[in-house]
Amino acid sequence: MQTFDLEARGLRDLNSTLQAQKDATNQTAWEIVNARGSHAIAVGLDAPIEVTVKGSTGYYCGGMNKQATIHIDGSAGPGVAENMMSGTVIVEGDASQYAGATGHGGLLVIKGNASSRCGISMKGLDIVVHGNIGHMSAFMAQSGNLVVCGDAGDALGDSLYEARLFVRGAVKSLGADCEEKEMRPEHLEILRDLLERAGCDAKPEEFRRYGSARKLYNFDVDNAAAY
Amino acid sequence: MKDEQQRFVSQTVPIQSATFSNPINAEIRRAAATGIYDIRGGGAKRKVPHFDDLLFLGASISRYPLEGYREKCDTRVTLGTRFAKKPIELDIPVTIAGMSFGSLSGPAKEALGRGASAAGTSTTTGDGGMTEEERGHSTKLVYQYLPSRYGMNPDDLRRADAIEVVVGQGAKPGGGGMLLGQKISDRVAEMRNLPKGIDQRSACRHPDWTGPDDLEIKILELREITGWEKPIYVKIGGTRPYFDTTLAIKAGADVVVLDGMQGGTAATQDVFIEHVGMPILACIRPAVQALQDQGLHREVQLVVSGGIRTGADVAKALALGADAVAIGTGALIALGDNAPKWEEEYRKLGTTSGAYDDWHEGQDPAGITTQNPELMARFDPIEGGRHLKNYLKVLTLEAQTIARACGHNHLHNLEPEDLCALTMEAAAMARVPLAGTEWYPGKPGF
Repeated sequence: MQTFDLEARGLRDLNSTLQAQKDATNQTAWEIVNARGSHAIAVGLDAPIEVTVKGSTGYYCGGMNKQATIHIDGSAGPGVAENMMSGTVIVEGDASQYAGATGHGGLLVIKGNASSRCGISMKGLDIVVHGNIGHMSAFMAQSGNLVVCGDAGDALGDSLYEARLFVRGAVKSLGADCEEKEMRPEHLEILRDLLERAGCDAKPEEFRRYGSARKLYNFDVDNAAAY
Repeated sequence: MKDEQQRFVSQTVPIQSATFSNPINAEIRRAAATGIYDIRGGGAKRKVPHFDDLLFLGASISRYPLEGYREKCDTRVTLGTRFAKKPIELDIPVTIAGMSFGSLSGPAKEALGRGASAAGTSTTTGDGGMTEEERGHSTKLVYQYLPSRYGMNPDDLRRADAIEVVVGQGAKPGGGGMLLGQKISDRVAEMRNLPKGIDQRSACRHPDWTGPDDLEIKILELREITGWEKPIYVKIGGTRPYFDTTLAIKAGADVVVLDGMQGGTAATQDVFIEHVGMPILACIRPAVQALQDQGLHREVQLVVSGGIRTGADVAKALALGADAVAIGTGALIALGDNAPKWEEEYRKLGTTSGAYDDWHEGQDPAGITTQNPELMARFDPIEGGRHLKNYLKVLTLEAQTIARACGHNHLHNLEPEDLCALTMEAAAMARVPLAGTEWYPGKPGF
């Protein structure tokens, strides 16, 4: 285990050190101490390493991650795992706005609650939230899966494309062009796998599935009032 | 005969309304028939105060000129000197503005790269990601970071020579975009991670930041991902240039890109293009003022765009304080867009050469703003690149000619004192004296 004191060595040193790790590195375990809510911790990584951040993080922790597993032993600020390509980011606490925004791949696990716009414009990422999510989550979400074990706020899945949304609790309201869909066996399989990988003991059968009604996919003036 | 004479004398001449003109009436009829606003490409078509309303004051006795064919007039410019470890060095201060793969064909993007590289300047990606055609043929490539994040990934970010965070553009400041389904080929759909054939919306604001404080952190993240090597540009539409430039500087931009309302777009509402934003002429001086007030003029470079057509426009933009300009529509015309040789086909589309602006429909006879394989095949990227290189060379030679006549051995030595204005409006916007006077509206002390 390599221990990195962020306060003592600074952000540039941290990110350049982690970004320099190669696929075959033997230094696979890293612990970052004194994070103190710093922004842009462990961004742009591209190696199969495991990074544990002791404490809470500021904006964009794990941004554009590839391959790495990043464990935040606290809460995460806005844009955690934004544009993630692959790998895993796990938040032990809560996550602020835009968690997993525009992510292309990998798995984001939030063990607490996520704020508004969770999964906004996601493009293939999988997100599992053990708690609740805020309003406008999955806005314009393109692909991937968003699993919510608690409740969802207003306007879930507004202007949704092809992402799948699974919610166990209540949905305050659905956004434009988002509707409840039939839960088929293949969806239960996807859900079972994601819940297992996210360390969540909820049962797939307890969830409802939401997706795009695909009525707004092509602009039609008759739909203008829907926006 | 008498009656006819009487009729001739008493008959009123038909007068068209200036308010309800024929074009306005045609638009009213079109709106009544369809129930939807007009969508088109390009920039503002209305006449607005522009660089044509300024003139250069060539040297005579009070200043002496440089010999036009012998004495050196440098054109080089470096962008990104504030924080980036690897600033971009260009041979000429004319760059190619961001235009997406999707709105343009792959060969058109290749031609932009070829032409820009041959002329020693940069080209810019656009919404929709980075294509191999463009990266492969561009020695200097600016990678746009847009709200949609279509195709955004850290590998391309690191392959870029600079990163341009797009906050807005002159044709539609405050607006997003729409790529209609007919232009969504398999390749475009794959790059954008969306189904083929659906309309693809580009958001009007970024998904993971709002406001200048967030932007500062976003720029920090991008610098950390790319090792602080790449210059970070911030592109804004011309609406509140003083404040927006100030905030872009505060957020940590290396370069501010300022786009006026004449700047083009692949597609948006005509009412947006013609009625939102300001002419580039009105934007440059407030932006330069903001840079000067921060003590960063020339340290943070200013690139301006929107209606740059000639070397005179280039020279005037630089004289007002810009470090470089960007061209989009002019570059497309140089490639062959709206060329008269396709007139017969333009007429079939209900338009004419020079007026064709339905770029979003994907039926471009010139094969540039389309994804239709048959139309794309009409366009030769090698010839297009050569034409663009020639055009860039002419822009540079023209600007040099003017700079030498004003006595300058570098284009960046052009200054507002080299200019006068033909109209009150241009004088006020450019803050240069009305021709033959020492005065412009708003000048202190008058």
